[in-house]
Amino acid sequence: MTITVNGAAVSLPNDPRVSLLDLLREDLHLPGTKKGCNQGACGACTVLVDGERILSCLALAVQFEGRSVTTIEGLGMPGALHPLQAAFVEHDGFQCGYCTPGQICSAIGMAEEIRRGVPSHVTSDLSSETIALSRDELRERMSGNLCRCGAHNGIIDAIAETFAPKTALAEAAE
Amino acid sequence: MSILKDAKDLLQGAVQGAMGKAVAIAPDSWMPGGEPDPLIAMRHGHVGRPHSRIDGPLKVSGSAPFAAEFPMEGMAYASLVFSPIAKGRILEIDTTSAEAAPGVLAVMTYVNAPRISPPPVFLSGAKAAGGDDLPVMQEDVVRWNGEPVAVVLAETQEQADHARSLVHIVYEARRALIDFAEAKAAGSRTAVFMGEPLHLEIGDADKALADAPVRIDSSYSTPRHNHNAIELHAVTAAWEGDTLRIHDASQLVAHTAWSIAQMFGIDEKQVVITSPFVGGGFGGKCLWQHQVLASMAAKLAGRPVRLVLSREGVYRIVGGRSPTEQRVALGADREGRLKALVHSGTTAKTASNMMAEPFIVATKSAYASETFKLDVRAVELDMLANTFMRAPGEAVGTFALESAMDELAEALGIDPIELRMRNEPEKDPTSGLPFSSRNVTEAWRAGAQRFGWDRRDLVPRMVRDGEWLVGMGCATGTYPYYRMPGGAARITITSGGHATVDIAAHEMGMGTATAQTQVAADRLGLAMDEVTFRYGDSTLPGVVLAGGSQQTASIGAAVSAAHGALVKELLKIAGNDSPLAGLKPDEVASRDGGLCKRDEPERHETYVSILGRARQASVSVEAEAPMPLETQHWSMHSHAAMFCEVRVNTVTGEPRVSRFLGSFDCGRILNPKTATSQFRGGIIMGLGLALMEETQFDERKGRVMNPSLSEYHVPVHMDVPEIDVIWTDIPDPHTPMGARGIGEIGITGTAAAVANAIYNATGRRVRDLPITLDKLL
Ligand code: FES
Ligand code: FES
Repeated sequence: MTITVNGAAVSLPNDPRVSLLDLLREDLHLPGTKKGCNQGACGACTVLVDGERILSCLALAVQFEGRSVTTIEGLGMPGALHPLQAAFVEHDGFQCGYCTPGQICSAIGMAEEIRRGVPSHVTSDLSSETIALSRDELRERMSGNLCRCGAHNGIIDAIAETFAPKTALAEAAE
Repeated sequence: MSILKDAKDLLQGAVQGAMGKAVAIAPDSWMPGGEPDPLIAMRHGHVGRPHSRIDGPLKVSGSAPFAAEFPMEGMAYASLVFSPIAKGRILEIDTTSAEAAPGVLAVMTYVNAPRISPPPVFLSGAKAAGGDDLPVMQEDVVRWNGEPVAVVLAETQEQADHARSLVHIVYEARRALIDFAEAKAAGSRTAVFMGEPLHLEIGDADKALADAPVRIDSSYSTPRHNHNAIELHAVTAAWEGDTLRIHDASQLVAHTAWSIAQMFGIDEKQVVITSPFVGGGFGGKCLWQHQVLASMAAKLAGRPVRLVLSREGVYRIVGGRSPTEQRVALGADREGRLKALVHSGTTAKTASNMMAEPFIVATKSAYASETFKLDVRAVELDMLANTFMRAPGEAVGTFALESAMDELAEALGIDPIELRMRNEPEKDPTSGLPFSSRNVTEAWRAGAQRFGWDRRDLVPRMVRDGEWLVGMGCATGTYPYYRMPGGAARITITSGGHATVDIAAHEMGMGTATAQTQVAADRLGLAMDEVTFRYGDSTLPGVVLAGGSQQTASIGAAVSAAHGALVKELLKIAGNDSPLAGLKPDEVASRDGGLCKRDEPERHETYVSILGRARQASVSVEAEAPMPLETQHWSMHSHAAMFCEVRVNTVTGEPRVSRFLGSFDCGRILNPKTATSQFRGGIIMGLGLALMEETQFDERKGRVMNPSLSEYHVPVHMDVPEIDVIWTDIPDPHTPMGARGIGEIGITGTAAAVANAIYNATGRRVRDLPITLDKLL
């Protein structure tokens, strides 16, 4: 039984109680994925599974046999950062940095949801093919990722810059 | 005059009166900060530039190691059992089934725990760090609901968590005092903060209030709060021989090392605390039982131990902010000049800590009232010790005071900003000291203009947008400048011209590492990448608390002192062949990678050249910061003018903050980018304080009822509008770098600005936090 983590196949744990989060942090020594509550309330543990964002603390590792997991370590490293990681640095989208890997993974999953046309609570036109990347859409869709340091503005700026060309965002704000 | 001799006592509040007066009336030049820091005049260095965080790439890639992320050979995992009663005794503990569970290595209870002393409680001594002074798992006594009563150690976290459910304990519960009202009825005492009673009377405030032509008299309440840093409190502890090594998440590494050493009866050098990154602190990441229990368990099992508190565990064993009940009564003449300022009330603490929420502190220097009566009473409950949380005192005290100012403005029919300006004091209204730098008027002027304050309707409930009522409010935020004793730093320069600054300070997200690298680079005349700032390790010099917004000043003064020592040492090494020969240290400045004559910069030699000629691989000096007497000589405070626009739904009562501006006067801003984040972070926590945060405490059982992030609400992205932040950038001539702390001021004034805006929108005055929608329906 294996699972793919950042491109490498690794074996699943013997203990079925091990969460995907603990598999990453404790067994695979990939502590970039954070634990802030272990009960699905903070978003710090967000990872991408086959491109979709999930809370790894609520996921049992053994359920993910054959699936492909991308963690923050798989997105980019100092010297070769993912554009969104670089934007977080530029816009100061963090202070302590603890919620940050979860925010970044979540934002990447979120951008894909918008691209697929999945509506949110604030989407005004449900019949429209495309969803405008307004600040409200971003804020609503990122609300599952808590940040106690209060880096919210910088986070949204970084996401907006990376996924929405300035003009599109300005129009959406109208 | 033996000013320095008694200074320590003075600063801890032990000696008042004569000594305090001596410092107050001594010449400015005798004080630290008597001569402005030369960095203030330097306008084209690294200080003041919006550098991105130097540790940013590490943090965004998940490669910054936090406390729970240091792997150790043979590490065991711990899980805690918490008492379900508030007070009583343990009659029986049965650990047999837990011990028999797979993977379990040991179950520690008071029966088999190593014998240690109680923690030295914070404020009881220079390096005391404990949240309380209660024995840690030493007796069969239970003192609060949630106290740890057993630690299960196992090979994996899953095994430990399971076995924890198998520990059987029989308790004998006793009657506990946990009801605030009952405790008040039984009697309260004058509270004490940092050695000073929280009581102050100037003139006859009661009479002045009764005689005042215009007055308001209101009661306010604020609930318990928890810090809720997203990083769970975690520790990895190991005994290496007689040395205890702890990877901690800490805002006071040196204090913690000393305190834990006291508890285990070993030398403080035998305890090494490292904490390179902290996932948010806000006052909560100090010394609580988890570090001690992990160290005890590591000793018992002979293995390194990792203890990560569950989120519930954080609520059970790490204290938070205490509730307050406050009265503010203001009496004024018809022009709005204050005749009487009464601010009093009650808060809760425990018998085991020295921290009463000091909600009158901000009031002491706020307004030029003719009379004052300030008073905090405290009751002691059988609960987990309360503690410092971002702007203890000011955060909740300014809610009451600044709401009351808004009420008075309305009673007078004057604009609330104008009312504040009319009461702007020329010197500190209660201590009589001159202000070191106070530009709150400028902050109000700039803020009002930018926010569009002139568009506000004086009469409430006048602006409607569909089903939303819209209103604007404002309030003053304020936080004192502190600098605590104990700062020390080491500077080392290599023959290659690279400098390392070592100090036992902390990076919890404030941007310390970045801003202090900028400061050190300017102070040494080097480029940013020629300076390494090392911190977060108790073996480095200095006793520096990342709290009270004082860390920047503490590091600044220590590094400045070390720089003075460095210049002296380099001049000595430089010898007679140097262009610097014959110069005295105070004629010399650092510049362009070396030293020069202050007023003759061409007379210069680089560090590389000085060390090369002397054939020295490096030079290293260490120095202590002077005692912080400046805080007794000047009244030193930062200020902010907070502006808020809210929308309140007429159907659901839901309040939403739609705009917010903080206009700050905090001295010189070292790094605009990280400072903006600090200001916003404080304001956002203030929005939580205003609208949603409350630790719900069962007054029958003494148990926290919402110990999770799903039931304790903090602001999420959707709750946070774009927060606009501006500042005066006027340097304080009497502080290191001209800066004053910026970490806490954002949370002050914010709740009142929100409450005042809600009043303006709806005509409804809410005096009990949080302002949830049920209070607006
Ligand atoms: S750790 Fe998974 S949501 Fe908090
Ligand atoms: S950056 Fe600290 S919690 Fe978000």
